[in-house]
Amino acid sequence: MSAWETVIGLEIHAQLATRSKIFSGSATAYGAPPNAQASLVDLGYPGVLPVLNAEAVRMAVKLGLAINARIAGTSVFARKNYFYPDLPKGYQISQYEQPIVAAGALDIVLDDGEVKRIGITRAHLEEDAGKSLHEGLPGVTGIDLNRAGTPLVEIVSEPHLRSAKEAVAYMKKVHTLVRYLEICDGNMQEGSFRCDANVSVRRSGAQQLGTRAEIKNLNSFRFVERAINYEVARQIEILESGGAVVQETRLYDPDRGETRSMRSKEEANDYRYFPDPDLLPVVLDQAFIEQVRATLPELPDQKAARFASQYGLSAYDAGVLTGSRELAAYYEDVVRELPREPKLAANWVMGELAAALNKENLEVGSGRLPAARLAGLLRRICDQTISGKIAKEVFETMWSEGASADAVIDAQGLRQITDTAAIERVIDEVMARNPAQLAEYRAGKDKLFGFFVGQVMKATAGKANPAQLNELLRAKLA
Amino acid sequence: MSGWHTDTLTQLAAGLRARKFSSVELVRALLARIDASQATLNAFISVTREQALSDAAAADRALAAGSAGALTGVPIAHKDIFCTQGVRTTCGSRMLDNFVSPYDATVVARLKAAGAVMLGKTNMDEFAMGSSSETSFYGPVRNPWNPQLVPGGSSGGSAAAVAARLVPGATATDTGGSIRQPAALCGITGIKPTYGRVSRYGMIAFASSLDQGGVLTATAADAALVLREMAGFDANDSTSVDTPVPDYVAALEQPLAGLKVGLLREFFDQGLDAHNEQRVREALKVYEQLGARLTEVSLPNLPLSVPAYYVVAPAECSSNLARFDGVRFGYRCEKPRDLRDLYSRSRGEGFGAEVKRRIMTGTYVLSAGYYDAYYLKAQRVRQLINADFTRAFASVDVLMGPTTPTPAFAIGAKTSDPITMYLNDIYTIGANLAGLPAVSIPCGFVQGLPVGLQIVGPHFSEARVLSAAHAFQRVTDWHTRVPQGYA
Repeated sequence: MSAWETVIGLEIHAQLATRSKIFSGSATAYGAPPNAQASLVDLGYPGVLPVLNAEAVRMAVKLGLAINARIAGTSVFARKNYFYPDLPKGYQISQYEQPIVAAGALDIVLDDGEVKRIGITRAHLEEDAGKSLHEGLPGVTGIDLNRAGTPLVEIVSEPHLRSAKEAVAYMKKVHTLVRYLEICDGNMQEGSFRCDANVSVRRSGAQQLGTRAEIKNLNSFRFVERAINYEVARQIEILESGGAVVQETRLYDPDRGETRSMRSKEEANDYRYFPDPDLLPVVLDQAFIEQVRATLPELPDQKAARFASQYGLSAYDAGVLTGSRELAAYYEDVVRELPREPKLAANWVMGELAAALNKENLEVGSGRLPAARLAGLLRRICDQTISGKIAKEVFETMWSEGASADAVIDAQGLRQITDTAAIERVIDEVMARNPAQLAEYRAGKDKLFGFFVGQVMKATAGKANPAQLNELLRAKLA
Repeated sequence: MSGWHTDTLTQLAAGLRARKFSSVELVRALLARIDASQATLNAFISVTREQALSDAAAADRALAAGSAGALTGVPIAHKDIFCTQGVRTTCGSRMLDNFVSPYDATVVARLKAAGAVMLGKTNMDEFAMGSSSETSFYGPVRNPWNPQLVPGGSSGGSAAAVAARLVPGATATDTGGSIRQPAALCGITGIKPTYGRVSRYGMIAFASSLDQGGVLTATAADAALVLREMAGFDANDSTSVDTPVPDYVAALEQPLAGLKVGLLREFFDQGLDAHNEQRVREALKVYEQLGARLTEVSLPNLPLSVPAYYVVAPAECSSNLARFDGVRFGYRCEKPRDLRDLYSRSRGEGFGAEVKRRIMTGTYVLSAGYYDAYYLKAQRVRQLINADFTRAFASVDVLMGPTTPTPAFAIGAKTSDPITMYLNDIYTIGANLAGLPAVSIPCGFVQGLPVGLQIVGPHFSEARVLSAAHAFQRVTDWHTRVPQGYA
């Protein structure tokens, strides 16, 4: 057992998938030319006022319901005041003392299969800032305010995470959830889903929390894991050499794989939070909350439990197949065609299909291989038209040429040989050609059985039905 | 034809509709008056001559075509706190000396839609912070009754312009008395509507929870006409209230007999000038003669309004004015060395002393460790004052008292002592803290200087308050008095 215990809490920022910004009518689409999506409100012009986007509220409530949190009847927007060029108004509108979503929780599955409940302190709505541009602008800093005012929900966990792995598992869980709820596109490269990690260590068994460092803006699961591991090692080293961890904000440098100090607690801004007088408190009644609840989809955990019981899958397989709504839907489309083969379907979806998608960096919803087509292939395995091994070759061709299983099987003459007489004929030839091996086998060298199987398969170009072949061969060799 | 300028806004609107004269003629005459007055009064920051004449010509065409609105062809001025598309909007500050607004404030757009013709933008205390119109980057406004005196503030330019009959009406804003106090000091009528009655969109924010747009005119009837066009829900302002706008003009003649008038004991305090008090008491007698029933009421927490206000207003202003950072618009210092230098010099050079004082006060009261002691406590005081008013309105229809403790004071008399200056708003701040509608009407003179009577009503009682003011103006002529040299 390690002498140190790691304590981690995550603040996840998920960009809400609203069409317009949280306080203005500007579009939120990614990738527009700088400032093409910045209205007077986003630019913080004199006299302009914010108007809350109702859709952002609905999405935050959806999240709250999905984590079994209490939805605040009244929540309040506050101003977080600080100066920065990408912050046009000189304050960020956020929720401070009264967030829209109060305490909730999410379960994660640990490596040993144990389920651990991670508390969620709160989730609140806020607006994103713009960004500074330096590339191609020598001597000046450019400001792009397209992102300014984009709605975010910040999900703050309790310090319940005990390792970088747990942190990643939790973050992935939230990632899956927001995509299920269709409130965030989850695109981490574009910054739609990112987190800050509060990391501290303490002596194993200690009650009091150690001094924490906050690592800002981690936008990939890999970075989260590496940054936390680096930070934990750094803190333990400091403590073991008799030093003290400083409370500070740190940045992770992915190129060097290390965290660096950004500002200390003393340098931190006094944000002078106060309720934003331009916005009324958000008052939600039970009817509205119930209306939102009615729009909730089947959630990942519910779906995984159903997959396990309905399709007889392992918890692991059910978890993988419900990793996204699209994957789960694909799997169920395949199973609908082959109701008696849920496990075969699971193996193919998680195996060949996942590998092929992964290789080309495609989403399951890309339409490259429709579920009905994959089902068509699996059906030919079930009815013994082809063997599982041949099926993998057929799959490759289907994938690359977009053909149906039957078309590939016919075109390449891959139909399995199930005619007993035909198989026996080949077995006879093989036995005749290999008298020495036959004699050895009959003298007790059992493992030569495989040699004969191989020879027959070679002679039939792999098309002999394996089960039949085994049976017939055993009888002939006896 | 002369003498138009002494016509009320209501009379001018009727005259235009009857085509007794054209908007172009009227606008020309008033532009000449503005030009003639500018060296003395300094009431305007910008005069939009060409635009005004072309708008007036368009108004005349609309009048000829019979497609006129309620204010078609009527000349007005806008306080330079309202954003006006394509027109410089300075808020009285060097910070916005170069700022041409790309959009119209809702108030501006609505009055434009009603047909009003803007003649220019009026001078004001910088960012509406002041009670004398002396903190303007464009120099002080002078009182038409005596150019050695202040016109009040912050809407001093609008008030002076209406008092000197340069325009029959001008928009204004009121955060702690900035409509009513200059109305009183200039001898005209001013209404601060209920918070949320008039959209704040495009009105450059000073203290968002207190700011309210309104109008300055010669008479209550004029105010009713303009307010009817300005008021109403605006989807761009989340704090505007979605409740129908009554026809304030039609409601003017509602009977006054039986009106229960509360006299605010706290307003008749030691700070009230004896002569001022005498004029106010005489006005109250007129109300009694008109059939009003007067009773004394007390709002025990009202004396706390000034300190509460000078915490809440600076707190909000310190945040509202953070956007003036030299990055996207407005003043930017020469050759900034780095970001910090850009911020500190742009703001240091762009803002005047009073604005900086309030930003610093506001930053302080919101700081960690002080927030509870100042900001939260001030908000609690605000709730107590609100409750006081609610209790009072359970037994009376309106409250009456003086608008200011004294008539207009000399330019420079209070600039070195902010506290004395702040106390000039002692009778007006309560209505802002509680979000109530209030008017100030002229009710007499002290040594040749006008005195104002304030009437405060419950939320959304503009029609009641205006009709009470109108009843007084039907039997008195203080509102018709014009300063010497401007008649």
